[in-house]
Amino acid sequence: MSVIAADDDLEGAPRPRGTNYINAERGIVSWLTTVDHKRIGLMYLGSVLVAFALGGFFALLLRLELLSPGHTIMSANQYNQAFTLHGAVMTFLFIIPSIPGALGNFLVPILLGAKDVAFPRLNLLSLYLYWIGAIFTLSSIVTGGLDTGWTFYVPYASTTNTSVLSVTFGIFVLGFSSVLTGLNFIVTMHKLRAPGMTWYRMPLILWSLYATSIVQILATPVLAITLLLLMAERVFHIGIFDPALGGDPVLYQHFFWFYSHPAVYIMILPGMGIISELIAVHAQRKIFGYKAIAFSSVAIALVGFLVWGHHMFVSGQSEVAATIFSFLTFIVAVPSGIKVFNWVSTLYGGSIKFTAPMLFAMCFLFLFTIGGLTGLFLGMLSVDMHLHDTYFVVAHFHYVMMGGTVTAFLGGLHHWWPKMTGRMYSQKLAAVAAALYFIGFNVTFFSQFILGTRGMPRRYYNYLDQFQPLHAFSTFGSWLLGVGFLLMLYYLLKSLKSGAIAPQNPWGGKSLEWTDAASPPVTENFEHRPVVTEGPYEFNEGKS
Amino acid sequence: MRLTPIDIGSFWLPRQTSTLAPEVDAGFHVVYWLSVGFFVLVVGAMAYFAVRYRRRREGEKTSSIDHSTALEIVWTTIPALMLLGLFAMGLKGYASAAVAPAEALEIQVTAEKWLWTFTYPNGTTTVNELGVPKDRPVRLVMSSKDIVHSFFVPEFRIKQDLVPGAYTTTWFQATEAKDVAVLCAEYCGTGHSDMGAKIIVMDEPVYKDWLEKGGGASDLPPAELGKKLFTQRSCATCHSLDGSRIQGPSLKGLIGRSEDLEGGASVKVDENYIRESILNPGAKIVRGYPAAMPTFQGLLKDREIDALIAYLKSVN
Amino acid sequence: MSATDKPARENEFQVAHHFDSADVQFDAGRMGIWLFLVTEILLFGGLFCAFAVFRSWYYADFVEAHHHLNRVMGAVNTVVLICSSLTMALAVRSAQMSKTKLTSLLIGVTLALSCVFLTIKFFEYSHKFHEGLLPGRYFTAEGFHGHHAGIFFAVYFMMTGIHGIHILIGMGLMIWLLRRNMRGEFSSRYYAPVEGFGLYWHLVDLVWIYLFPLLYLIG
Ligand code: HEA
Ligand code: HEA
Ligand code: HEC
Ligand code: CUA
Ligand SMILES: [Cu+2]
Repeated sequence: MSVIAADDDLEGAPRPRGTNYINAERGIVSWLTTVDHKRIGLMYLGSVLVAFALGGFFALLLRLELLSPGHTIMSANQYNQAFTLHGAVMTFLFIIPSIPGALGNFLVPILLGAKDVAFPRLNLLSLYLYWIGAIFTLSSIVTGGLDTGWTFYVPYASTTNTSVLSVTFGIFVLGFSSVLTGLNFIVTMHKLRAPGMTWYRMPLILWSLYATSIVQILATPVLAITLLLLMAERVFHIGIFDPALGGDPVLYQHFFWFYSHPAVYIMILPGMGIISELIAVHAQRKIFGYKAIAFSSVAIALVGFLVWGHHMFVSGQSEVAATIFSFLTFIVAVPSGIKVFNWVSTLYGGSIKFTAPMLFAMCFLFLFTIGGLTGLFLGMLSVDMHLHDTYFVVAHFHYVMMGGTVTAFLGGLHHWWPKMTGRMYSQKLAAVAAALYFIGFNVTFFSQFILGTRGMPRRYYNYLDQFQPLHAFSTFGSWLLGVGFLLMLYYLLKSLKSGAIAPQNPWGGKSLEWTDAASPPVTENFEHRPVVTEGPYEFNEGKS
Repeated sequence: MRLTPIDIGSFWLPRQTSTLAPEVDAGFHVVYWLSVGFFVLVVGAMAYFAVRYRRRREGEKTSSIDHSTALEIVWTTIPALMLLGLFAMGLKGYASAAVAPAEALEIQVTAEKWLWTFTYPNGTTTVNELGVPKDRPVRLVMSSKDIVHSFFVPEFRIKQDLVPGAYTTTWFQATEAKDVAVLCAEYCGTGHSDMGAKIIVMDEPVYKDWLEKGGGASDLPPAELGKKLFTQRSCATCHSLDGSRIQGPSLKGLIGRSEDLEGGASVKVDENYIRESILNPGAKIVRGYPAAMPTFQGLLKDREIDALIAYLKSVN
Repeated sequence: MSATDKPARENEFQVAHHFDSADVQFDAGRMGIWLFLVTEILLFGGLFCAFAVFRSWYYADFVEAHHHLNRVMGAVNTVVLICSSLTMALAVRSAQMSKTKLTSLLIGVTLALSCVFLTIKFFEYSHKFHEGLLPGRYFTAEGFHGHHAGIFFAVYFMMTGIHGIHILIGMGLMIWLLRRNMRGEFSSRYYAPVEGFGLYWHLVDLVWIYLFPLLYLIG
């Protein structure tokens, strides 16, 4: 496999393509009833991209409003709904299902050398649940909006007169979808590995998806029960969270973060898995510290369960609890550091090509490091007293969620695009888009660190005049981001129509999707059942 | 409503005007420089390798070093030790913030949508203005009437949530006689971003005097005092004076207009009606508005109510 | 659950296309069920935590309130559920031995026992409704010393309510199993759905075995 050419010069004579999973059956019904993991992955991909565009649309609106203090384009209530929907759509409809649902579904069986996931129909069910959940969540837009913030803190969420019920129910359903995906992946990895595919021969993205699935299975049910209690509180006033009846609002926060902190690892772990693949393949270099990277994923997943209280340092929980949570928060940073160091070391002595996926991987290292390190500021008890609920937190989580996960997702999308669609996109335009994205991102969010340390609280419709220059700068950055995404949309769509036909292995990868499956793969993935004889990162064979 | 500005002290942080601020900032600077160091290390190495090992021809042979136990140990333990240091620093600052000195002056704070009420040991109450003596520890005992709010003083580096049904506390010792901004840092709905207050730090004698007079009673003419109170007491959070609707009805052209009430009746607005609206807002609800206005019974003195009425008349 | 994906209409069970063998498929199905049960445990785990927290805060009120639960009904229901767990276990065994008729009978008995459970629960609930022993704001019963009995009943209704919903879902599944069994789909070669359901039912039983002492007995 040494077809290592991936540039615009590939636009040679398109060769005719045989049947593959995309054209094997035709008609919308064949898609809606399919149990093929690749088709389900593709439908997930379309859905999460729409969700992302919607969330991004809200983001642009709210940035525009923040261009000047006070009223710019909307009222305070509309603003509150805009950031709530932005946060809820981005978290529950986009980022949590994005990598596992879209890329994971497509890749897990292929990377294992299997024909499908363990429970194909359950997989389809999980997609349908995603759609149903999305409809309930989004229906709030027309039925009175939602203004609680994505965290639904009580008693605000149990008393506001917006459509909390439909959204919480929607998220409840989305939770099921997430659990089913996780369950499916775990069983698939245990039971459907091809002959010779030992655990240590699995590409690292599988390890991280495995760790993600554990978190999904263990944390999501707690979110489900929390939301049920919240709904019961709203409808029946059962008093569990209502202080007037002896209930406790802080208990709600514990419940919520018991899910939502592990959920941030549901978001980042798959992204970290992608980065391991991108760096190894595009540097043609054996991954450095395979086991360290693999086990740090599992460590993050497990320790990540014990730190939720760091979101509540100033909420009135006991001092002892706060101290323990702060300590554990620092512990969980260590395995992330291990990963970062191993990735950088993988670049050492490599043969690095600046393809679009590699550019995104490098963006990731830059942005995620900032995001992660600023997490340490927030983990410090004293410093968090000042920074909690300011724009510093907003900047922190955009650096990890968008700079980390979304960047990794984009990198993965560019990496597997040829495999999924059978087409190459323009590397030149992709490099321009990556640059716009990188600059736009830093303009938008770095300024928010400064706003935050200077004391600008988050979820503010109106703000002190002295903050205007930085806010305006940030808004300007969001436009750059918008342009970057439009460009990306343009060349990706164009590649579908007129892109060069992708070879089976455009990047010279060594894992099964490149060595054994066509681009795009056939319905049951492989012409011949693969037999694995070595690890996925042996790039030096046959070279002297 | 116009909030008090925050004085900026350095590029990153506001001016330090409490005894706690230097301690918090010390932690901030340590983690800041540590982060800068690690960032330069990681991104620097990445950039160097990217240039040094860029692909020159296809099919190059690459390094096959696939792990190094020594390195793994180094980059696990060194950061771990540093993190322990960060934890300890954070804990130290937090501990000083948690325990107020025994001799601290105690003031009660109540939050509600969207105003702050401060009650002093002698029974005086003020709204949205907290007068405190300079160089003396002040302990705040706080609770909320409705939902969760958060008392945030950037220049003091303190923040503490106010939870309904429970008491939380925080304390500070101001080091400069100046006005200091207070912001609400926990999302609480429409008026969240306008839920500001002001701490007036005064030298001890001035403070005594101020408290004596019931919290800065002033000898401005009524209409001007009313204008001041209108923003200070957060009327402006809910009422505009330009005809636009916020939470409550606009108070432009109030006197003399006829108001439709919830339940069908209507009322002609006069001084008595305004007075009733302020002291007992639940009695007559304007049609189409929620009964969201808090009562100012006990929070505004007669003189102040008269001043507000005089001011509202003047913006007719 | 995958095994249920591919019903083998003619008594002859076929391995789904993506599995190497029937064994692997069974194993996968069993693992799937176990993982699902883990999520169930965590779901109830949240409620148990809430119970523990409020009980330690409002200890006296909780003790007072729990005297208003009907221990006899609770105990009878515990026995009923344990019996149903037993009949379900026997049903799995008889399905493994291809005794179709016996399997139907045993599932039928389990179904009947779950009806008994719900009937008793219905009487318990209506009693509580009648006396105003309701959650939070709707708590209207008189003569309590503490102020937080409403919280006890909030937890009580949430826990037993969600447990009851699980029983209802279980009943639906039993009817579905009965139909398939009567069509002769289960045999010693293929009984995964019966076994999987059996595990689910034991869990539902187990949850009740914890609920009963916690809510009704300890004081
Ligand atoms: C993808 C999502 C994601 C990820 C991965 C993280 C990762 C981390 N987060 Fe973040 N966080 C969020 C998403 C995420 N977070 C969100 C959404 C919120 C806000 C929610 C809301 O309120 O709305 C939040 C809020 C939040 C808070 C609460 C702030 C507050 O409200 O006051 C805290 C506090 O401790 C915190 C800490 C951390 C830490 C220590 C990490 C660590 O895991 C980071 C570890 C990584 C590194 C440290 C960088 C790489 C390491 C090196 C280069 C090695 C060298 C460094 C050393 C180890 C010394 N986060
Ligand atoms: C994955 C998570 C994610 C992502 C990617 C983003 C992306 C962005 N966010 Fe996000 N944000 C959150 C999660 C996320 N956010 C969360 C959880 C909150 C907290 C909410 C709360 O407080 O409750 C928040 C809050 C938040 C705030 C704070 C609001 C406040 O506290 O008052 C701000 C302010 O600037 C902001 C801005 C942005 C911007 C400018 C982007 C930009 O990066 C967006 C860029 C995207 C686009 C510009 C769209 C591109 C699409 C197209 C151009 C069309 C393509 C079309 C098709 C594909 C069909 N966000
Ligand atoms: C939390 C929001 C809020 C604050 C703060 C507030 N109000 Fe109101 N106010 C309302 C609402 C809502 C109404 C309409 C419902 C009603 O009549 O009670 C109202 C009604 C009134 C009315 C009657 C208006 C009419 O059109 O008939 C007057 C007068 C008034 N407020 C004066 C004040 C003054 C003076 C202050 C400050 C000292 C103040 N309000 C503070 C919310 C508020
Ligand atoms: Cu009060 Cu925000
Ligand atoms: Cu967290």
